[in-house]
Formats: sequence, C-alpha cells, structure tokens
Amino acid sequence: MTNGWIDIKNTDMMLIMGGNPAENHPCGFKWAMEAKRDRNAKLISVDPRFTRTSSTADLFLQIRAGTDIVFLGGLIRYALENNRIAKDYLANYTNAAFIIKDGFKLPEDGLYSGFDSEAGKYDFSTWNYEGADGSDRQAGTVRHSPDVVPGKAGGATPPPHLPPNVAFDLALQHPRCVFQLLKRQYSRYTPETVERITGIPRDQFVKAADLFTSVRKDGDMKKVATIIYAVGWTQHTFGTQIIRTAAMIQLLLGNVGRAGGGVNALRGHSNIQGATDMAGLYDSLPGYLKAPVPADSDLDTYLKRITPGSSKPSPWASFNYYSNTPKFAVSLLKSMYGDAAKKENQFAFDYLPKVDRDYSWTHIWDDMYNGKVKGMMAFGMNGVMIGPDTNKNINALKKADWLVVGEIYPDETSEFWRAPGITADEQKTINTTVYRLPCAGFAEKDGSMTNSARWATWKYAAVPPPGQARLDQDIVAEIFLRVRQLYKKEGGKFPDPILNLSWAYADAAHPSLSQVAMEVNGKALADLTDPTTGQVIKAGQQLPGFAWLKDDGTTACGNWIYSGSWTEAGNQMARRGNEDPSGLGVFQGWSWSWPANRRVLYNRASCDPDGKPWDPSRKQVWWNEAAGKWVGNDVPDFKPDSAPKDHMGPFIMNPEGIGRLFAPIGVIADGPFPEHYEPIESPIKNPLHPDQSNNPLVKKFKTPYDKFGTPDEYSIVCTTYRLTEHYHYWTKNNPMNVQLIPEPFVEIPVELADEKGIRGTEMIKVISARGTYMAKAFVTRRLKPMMIDGKKVYQIGLPIHQGFRGIAEDEGRDARTPANLLTPAVTDPNAHTPESKGFLVKIEKA
Amino acid sequence: MSQAATELIRISGHAGTVPGAGLNREFQVCKLVDTTTCIGCKACEVACLEWNGYTFSETTFNNSYQTMPETAWNYWNLIKFNEHEREDGTLMLLMRKDQCMHCEDPGCLAACPAEAAIVQYANGIVDFQEANCIGCGYCMTGCPFNIPKFSPKARKVFKCTLCNDRVSVGLEPACIKACPTGCLHFGTKKEMKELAETRAEQLREHSGYREAGVYDPPGVGGTHVIYVLHDAKNPELYGGLPKNPQVPLMVRLWKHPLKWIGNFGIIFGVVGVFIHYLRYGPKVVEGDEDKGHGAKP
Repeated sequence: MTNGWIDIKNTDMMLIMGGNPAENHPCGFKWAMEAKRDRNAKLISVDPRFTRTSSTADLFLQIRAGTDIVFLGGLIRYALENNRIAKDYLANYTNAAFIIKDGFKLPEDGLYSGFDSEAGKYDFSTWNYEGADGSDRQAGTVRHSPDVVPGKAGGATPPPHLPPNVAFDLALQHPRCVFQLLKRQYSRYTPETVERITGIPRDQFVKAADLFTSVRKDGDMKKVATIIYAVGWTQHTFGTQIIRTAAMIQLLLGNVGRAGGGVNALRGHSNIQGATDMAGLYDSLPGYLKAPVPADSDLDTYLKRITPGSSKPSPWASFNYYSNTPKFAVSLLKSMYGDAAKKENQFAFDYLPKVDRDYSWTHIWDDMYNGKVKGMMAFGMNGVMIGPDTNKNINALKKADWLVVGEIYPDETSEFWRAPGITADEQKTINTTVYRLPCAGFAEKDGSMTNSARWATWKYAAVPPPGQARLDQDIVAEIFLRVRQLYKKEGGKFPDPILNLSWAYADAAHPSLSQVAMEVNGKALADLTDPTTGQVIKAGQQLPGFAWLKDDGTTACGNWIYSGSWTEAGNQMARRGNEDPSGLGVFQGWSWSWPANRRVLYNRASCDPDGKPWDPSRKQVWWNEAAGKWVGNDVPDFKPDSAPKDHMGPFIMNPEGIGRLFAPIGVIADGPFPEHYEPIESPIKNPLHPDQSNNPLVKKFKTPYDKFGTPDEYSIVCTTYRLTEHYHYWTKNNPMNVQLIPEPFVEIPVELADEKGIRGTEMIKVISARGTYMAKAFVTRRLKPMMIDGKKVYQIGLPIHQGFRGIAEDEGRDARTPANLLTPAVTDPNAHTPESKGFLVKIEKA
Repeated sequence: MSQAATELIRISGHAGTVPGAGLNREFQVCKLVDTTTCIGCKACEVACLEWNGYTFSETTFNNSYQTMPETAWNYWNLIKFNEHEREDGTLMLLMRKDQCMHCEDPGCLAACPAEAAIVQYANGIVDFQEANCIGCGYCMTGCPFNIPKFSPKARKVFKCTLCNDRVSVGLEPACIKACPTGCLHFGTKKEMKELAETRAEQLREHSGYREAGVYDPPGVGGTHVIYVLHDAKNPELYGGLPKNPQVPLMVRLWKHPLKWIGNFGIIFGVVGVFIHYLRYGPKVVEGDEDKGHGAKP
C-alpha cells in the first residue's frame, strides 16, 4: 500500500477492483465502512461477480475477468475528455510534460516499437525520454539504469539509460510529450469499446466513470479517491500493467501521496509483505535491491548497473534516492558475510549467486517436472494447492527424489501421493522420500509481521509449540549448521559462501528472532559521525536509520528499508503508542513502518508546488518557511530541507523525481503504457488487435500438462477466489470454519443452470483443458450472463479452499479436487504471477 | 448497567409481586444491527458459539453462504442471506444477523407456564432459566420471530441470552466484540435508537435508499435488538423478518382471559363437586367391590 489501512477512513471515493476486502480483509474493511459512515464516501465495486464487498457498494459493475485494463483505460479517457484531471499535479509531479524519443510507436496493432518477434521481447531503446541538447547520446557520462532484465549476459548493446537532461513541454502540447501520447493511447478505449470487451453496459460504465472522477470536478483538488486491489489484479498475464493503469489514474487525478488516496494493495497473509521485503522473489535481494546477474563481473559493474543516475528537466531538482544504492548493497554484504567481506575482495560480492534465468514459481515446478530440480523444501505454504496446474505439479513431485514439508497440519503437499486419481498401485511406484517436519504455528512464535500498510509489528509467542513441533528458525539453523559442518569436513566446489556466512547468534542452533531483527536493522562497525549534526554512533551500536549506511564497509545492514526498526532505543516494532494528534490515523508511535516510519508514501505530493496542502483539512506534511524544512503529522517522504522553489520532484525513488505515466526503458517489460491483451484462454479475439490478441511476451511451457482450451470447446469464463469463512488451505482443519462453509461449491448463473438443467446443490464437473474439478452447484443471481463482442458469455467462479486433506475431506464428504487443477501455468512477464483469474472451462452434471 | 441487568421485573408463571417491578430505571440495553454495513463475515456466529461453549455442528451446503437454514438450540446467532433483485434490475445481497430480539413485551415469556423459566431483566434482556424449563415448547409458539429452539437431548428450550453473563458485569455481548466493521453496536436503547435513526437518515439522503429506516416493531412493545434496514418497508426481504410481529392471539388469550376463565372453571368444578358430595353423598357403584385393588397391568 502507498497508504495504510486506517488511512482509508480519510477517503471520499473508493474504487475496489481485483479484490474483495469485505470477505478477505474484513478487519481492514472497517475503515472503508468508516469512510462511508463518517464522510459519506462512495464505494464502487467492479468484480466478475457480486461479492459481499459489492453488497456495501454504491455502484456495482460486473466485469469479464481479465479485462480490467479496458475498464481503467476507459476511465483515463473519460477523465481526460471531461477535464477531470489535476493539472498542476500532472505537470509538476508526473512525467506528463516529458518528451519521448522520435521513433516510439503506440500499440495500435498490439505491439510497441522495438518488438523482436524471434526473441519474443522488446528492444527498449525508443521507450525513452528525448534528451534536451542531445544529452541522451552521451552514453558514457551517465550511470546505467537499474532496469535491465536479468539473464541477458554480456549482450553486445549496452542497456538503454535515461538522459540526464530531459526535454519537456510544461504546456503539455508537444505531440511527443507523454501527456499527448497518453491521450492518443487511450482515445481507443471508448465507452463502446469498454462495453464490447468488458461486458459492462456503456451507460453503467459512464455512471461509474462520472462518479469516480467527480472528486476532480472543476479541477477542485480538495477531494481524494483511493484505489484498492488484491490478487484479482495480479494473477493475469498482464497483472503488473493493470496495477500500473490504476497508478496512472491516481497520478492523473492527483491522488497519490495524499491522505485517503493512493494505490493500495491488500496482501493476502499477515506477513506476505514482510516476505516480499526480505527478497521473496528470486530476482531481488532484501530491500528490493536487484539480484546480480552473470554479466555483473565484479561489484563495481554490478553497482553501476543497479544505481541510477538522475534524469530530469534541467531547471528541476531530483533527489534520486537510489543513488545511495551502493551503501545499501555493501552494507547487506557486510551483514551477510561479516569480516569475510572486505574491501580487497569486493565485500565478498563473488559469494552472491548470479541469477542467470527465470527461477520463479512456475519455472521451479517445470524444472522439477523436467528432472532439473531434484528436491524441494516447502515451509509456510502448501505448494501443491497454491500454484497453477496442480496435476503438473503433482506429477513433478512424483519425479523428485525428496520433499521436505514444514507444516502445522498434514497437508496436500506432504501427501501429494494421495491426490485423487492416484491408485494404490501407482502409489507404490512413487519413490519420492517425504520428510514432514511439524512446525510451530503463528501463535507459538514471536517475531515481526509486516502488514499491507508496511507496518512491522512485533508479536510475542502465546504458547509453546506442542509435542515435537519446532520453530522454523531452529529447523533452518540446524540444517545450515550441518551443511556447514559437511563443507568444513569435505570441502567442495565453492565452500566459502557457506563457511563465511555470518551466523553471529548467541545460540547458533536456536537463533533468537530479536537478534535476527537487530541484524536486519543494521549496526555501525566503526565510529560514525554525522557531518551536519555532529551526532556520533559508536562501533557496535544499532543504526538509527538507513541515512547512516556507508559503502566503505563501516556499516552492516540486513535490509536497508528496515533500518530504523530496532535502534539503540530498542525494538521500535514493539511500540504501542496510540496517540494520533492529527486524527488522520497516522499513529506514529504504534509499531514501526518502513521506510523511516513513514505512514503515507510520497507525501510531499499532498502539497501543491508551493508546499501548501491541497486540502487544509487533511494536512499531512507541509513546508515551514521559517524553519526552512518540511514538517507535519507524518514523516516527510522527501529531502527535509529542499525548498519548494528548488522544484524537487516528490517521487524521490525515481531518478526523475516524478510519477511515471510513461514507464521508460523497459522497467515494465511489456509496454510503457498498459495495453489490453486478452487472457491466454479467452472467449474472444482481442477486438483492439485480433492479430495480437495476447500479451506478446507471454511464454508457454512445453510439458504434456501445459494444454490450453479454445472457446469452441470451453466457452465459459472461470475465476477463482477465497471466502471470508476460510483462510487459504488450513482452516479446513478447524471445526469452527468447516461448519461455516462445509463443502466446496461452484457459483454459476441461474441462466446457465437452467440451460444445463442443473439445480442448486447438485454435483457438477468443471472441466478445463488441464483437469476436472468436482463440487456442488451454487446457482446464483450474483453472476449474470454477459454480452461480449456480440456474443453471450457466461462467467462462473469457485473458491480455492478445499482439497484432499482436512476435516471434511478426511470424512470423505468433499469432492477432493483442488481448484488449481483447472488453472494454466502462464505468467505475467514482470512479476511472474500465474493467470488464475480468468481462464476457460465447460461444465457438466456429475 | 450491571445492577439493572440482574434485577427482575417480570417472572413467568408467577402470581404475586415481582421484586423490583414498577421502579423507575434507566439503562435499558440495546443491540443495534446496521444491515447496511454488515459484510456477512460470520464472526458473530463464531464468537457466539465460543462464548457460550457450543462446538461443531454438522452442516451441509444449501445453495447459499448461510451456515444453516434457521438458528438452532445450540446455534443462537445466524446471518441470513438473501439475493434480492430490485425493480431497476440491480442486485442486493441482504445479510441480517438473526438472533433473539429481546422484545419489550416477550411472547415467549407470556406463553411460558413454568414458574421462573423465562425472566425479563430491568435492562430489557429476556432470559431463559433452563433449570426451571419444563420443555413444553409453548415459548416457541409465543415467539413471533421463530427464535426459541428445543433440544431433544436436554428436553429444554434454548436461545440467545444477549450475553447476560457478560452484560451483567459491564461487558458488551460477544457478537458485538467480534464484529469487524462496526455494523454491530451496543448501548442504551435511547442511544441506539438515536444512532439508528441518524444512520437511516444518512442512507436516505446520501446513499439513495429512500425507504431506509429502523426496525423496532411496536407490536411486541419494541425490541432490545433493533435493525437499520435499507428498505424498512419490506423487512421480510431480510431472511423473513416479520413486518408487524405480534404476540400470537392464542397466547394472549391463554395467558389472560382464557387463563382466568380456566381458573374459574377449575374452581367452579371443585366447588360443584363438593356441593354435589354434600347433597348426594358418595357415589356407589353396584357390584364394584371386588375391583377396589385396582386393575392389573
């Protein structure tokens, strides 16, 4: 979230799409209800089906799964056509005025300029700003951009970089300025097109567009709208681009950085945000530093590649905070390898693995299926249930040598060999050795949890783990210590990274999470002095924040964005101060929020260019001329002493200092502006460009399980979701939850049920090209038939919770088929998230 | 509030004075259920079970999100779901938390023949005293909301207590504590009524629900559980909430005129028998002497 849960209460308008917070985040949803009760805020719910969130909405629109970019693109067009945009914000805080290179082409035919059809990817050189005074040609004078797709080892052409001095037109009139290109790009997304592709009747769409953009009526900047989403947006082959479209709308309307505004991702677990922050993805290091690739032959090359140089119109200032990247990276290496990381050995840069290709979720399973991955350690997740194409994954596990599962219940992963369809005879032929390790549950562990709002909150163990169950960190520690012992004894190809890994915990076999958290925060390795304030941090002391990090080896920090979470003053995450003097729900003294305890990101943008809040009744930060600094109710997300006249951009993490309407040089691999592509399985050809129906960057695997259905056989659009009564795959072991929703079901429209002669509670089969799911029919009016491109299309949905392990499952009451049997293993080219929301099926009576 | 919660003002099947009756008190408690902010999460259902010590009930999927068709003797709090299509074609998913309404004029109590099996506290809570329940089920007939449920095993009737055990020590009912959206409120009847009316007005003025209103039915003297409804003209849409609930006529007759007529009947009967005896002496059946020891089974 750019903002936070409590901050939702400050909003005037909510667009909830790709998420169902009433059901999946009911505790956080109270703030949406509070905004309605206390501010008469409006709520627009756009979803493939009428959910319990929709029941509280002022307006509900049923959308065809996977057509969100058309809806949002239509919204952009509507805002532009009706002048419901934040003109000053747009010109000063976004790259609307920046001029794009000649030769850049919009995807009227489905492709941007630079597509290499053989390699299946883009050359990004035209996706760039035009340099003022030809500075874009001085390749040698600037540092490379951070944004290169890993895996392109030693290519002949250097990656494109941003020009340090950008050509711009503040009047927004230049035909190649971002604003004009944006206008042109979304001029195609008319209400008629929206209706044709999404199935939302145009009058309903216009009603929603009018309501949402009404916050910027007559250019008034006081009101604020928020956009709230979850995995209904991410799980598509263009998921990142859906979220980008939302971000662009919020920039257009001037809603980012403001109380009650922002682009707000609701995370599905209590600590999934923390997992992502700590390098949940294979291509990042803790704190979202980019992982090294084979072309990074040494530390210097690596740091040059990942550290951006500033790029902006010459009269403006840019903080370019990522220019500090070397400090974060070297401190991380010092934290990982301790004394073994020295200046002479480039701080042990060679110890870090280099990412040579895609190791994301679907690739792990594909590699296992193809015999490249021999074993798997699965902790804190039910691998068989969560990913797409369960059949493929189960068949991959059959080929593995071993599987270690750390869990609190016997789950589908540790008992994959009991999946439906595997006979007793076949079970005898499966040679995978499964080790099931009983782990501690969440109430049996201490540690920090980071919520969707980036708040890291320390928690305490309520009860000790039962029986033989052990803490996850104890299991990991013991495995590490034994592996290290083996390397010590037997040597090996490259033992140094293992032997020299810093493991400075008081009890090596039982690392305390407090010590881990202190390590993550970072400490001084030599006496440090702040040159401006004269403040001294002694060697060995905890660092007050990431501003103290150094790239000379005098600081260690496990994750720069968490620096400040455990200082000399103690564990900041354990704070429980409940004072909120501003009444905006900031709660500065409650737990700790990254970065630097800021509660709303980019909050400089809550003020006009002169440093005065757009809405004086919701003051977050402001420029204090007398004191010569930014002050406020929140920690300013800005250079504290940068006066408004310097015109420093509020988006300090971008080298331009502005919000990107146009995403340059391939930071988003599939286009600088989002374009609508159909889901890989879709009932129609893309009406915008039938010859380029899908995202051109999507790749398909080649196993016999990677099959795709066509609309002539599979004509129904299907999506999957969670219910409020269950929590993923483990509450089916809790009687209280099981009685609330005892059995799996498939929600189908009344009209489809009538057509097929299916009555509610009858057992039906849902069949995709990959598998058959069995459950009872839930005949409902909450899903209606839609007219898509002149064709009647049905949409159905099913919850993901039930499988073949659980209370009801064990009693034989369930159909025992996992929902992800149906979903395809195709992914978003940026985030590698599979397309679980929107695929094709057919249904039959069982 | 705690004192008021334990003071009796009415006792079932009881003649004579009730300690505390007729005194002037404040703090009539009330639960407010704002159906317009209910998200059907069922946290109240689980909180109710856990606080009252009930465990797993076997349920089956019934083409709805609703846990079971009606409340049960061991399941006092149930969200009722209804898909309702409005005239303009738009859909509503109505969700209403169903539980005992704690009527000001409780039909169950009126119908109950067992001494002190049902009591009403000064704070408005209508509470079943299971120790005194004779399992006749008359309360089930007396309730216009179909709330009291018979347990075949215990042979007694059970229902929501409005968490009298919590309220009497100054806590809110368990369901209120569990509600994540603030759709449930608890306070004095006066406060809740005001809050409900304010919310209904807001819904009428700002959310386009022109018929929004408060459900506090006068037919049972008002209730200590009140609802805010999007459409107060059609409460039946909300899982069969009765439009104008009344204590059934038969219960009223049986407990008032009929009871006295019956009592008179009994008294006249006894008196008549006595007079008859005085006038005619004992009845002698001829040839009956041998049967004096009773019939064999």
